[in-house]
Amino acid sequence: MVTTTIPAADGSTAPEDLIKIELKEPWIAALLAWMLPGLGHIYQGRTGKGLLFFICILGTFFYGLYLGGGKVVYAAVPWEQQYRWQYLCQLGVGLPSTPMLVQRSKALKDSNFTGFMAPPRRGPMEWKDDSGKVSKQPNELAMWTLKYHPYFELGTVYTVVAGLLNVLVICDAAAGPLVITQNQGDRAQSKKKEP
Amino acid sequence: MIFPLLLAVSEPTGAPLLAVMNMWYALPLIVSVSLVCAATRHEEIGPILQHAMRFGLWIVVFMAVVMGVLTLIGMLA
Repeated sequence: MVTTTIPAADGSTAPEDLIKIELKEPWIAALLAWMLPGLGHIYQGRTGKGLLFFICILGTFFYGLYLGGGKVVYAAVPWEQQYRWQYLCQLGVGLPSTPMLVQRSKALKDSNFTGFMAPPRRGPMEWKDDSGKVSKQPNELAMWTLKYHPYFELGTVYTVVAGLLNVLVICDAAAGPLVITQNQGDRAQSKKKEP
Repeated sequence: MIFPLLLAVSEPTGAPLLAVMNMWYALPLIVSVSLVCAATRHEEIGPILQHAMRFGLWIVVFMAVVMGVLTLIGMLA
């Protein structure tokens, strides 16, 4: 059982004013925080913050997924399919993004595999836009980018940001809030003033 | 001076900057990022909300300044 203390809201570091936080088992809290944003905090009894993280991060992630037509979250590595570095960030959200790994393994066996969180298929394909004009796109990713523009990019940004935010949440679950005390702030300011 | 900038035409669409709907998609992102970053710095709800508002405002002002500079460059070009 691990506990940590942080200064009070007004910055007071007097022992009687310190806020004590029960981190319980930090590695379990960190793992739960990765699996589902906010779950690590709920495990520690920090329910308010857990709910805040749950709503903010999963809200951002699923809204991004919705904006991108369900196509913005998929797994691809350079030597197998069209490279998607964003999936490394999207994995930060935890279990909600793991279906893309399952879909990736299915797509590796069947190049025509398509579905929710499945990677785009290779090879040229035709696409008919809203005006009825048919164009030939080099691959399915190009077709998605065109079809959902600009929401494909927006959705990607939303889901990537959600994943990266959860990294901060995992750190908070494992070690408590990152508080900059007044002393650290004064030291930073005095360093700036020195020639 | 700010009002003409706000109504400035953005090339090549010709639409006023604030009417460009894509820009409004930044708002939920700003709210989410501000709340999460603030919550990783504090434990109590009061300081979290205060920090989130300051942080969100900072982001909006920064974006507005960059938008203004880019608009000015576009107008001068």
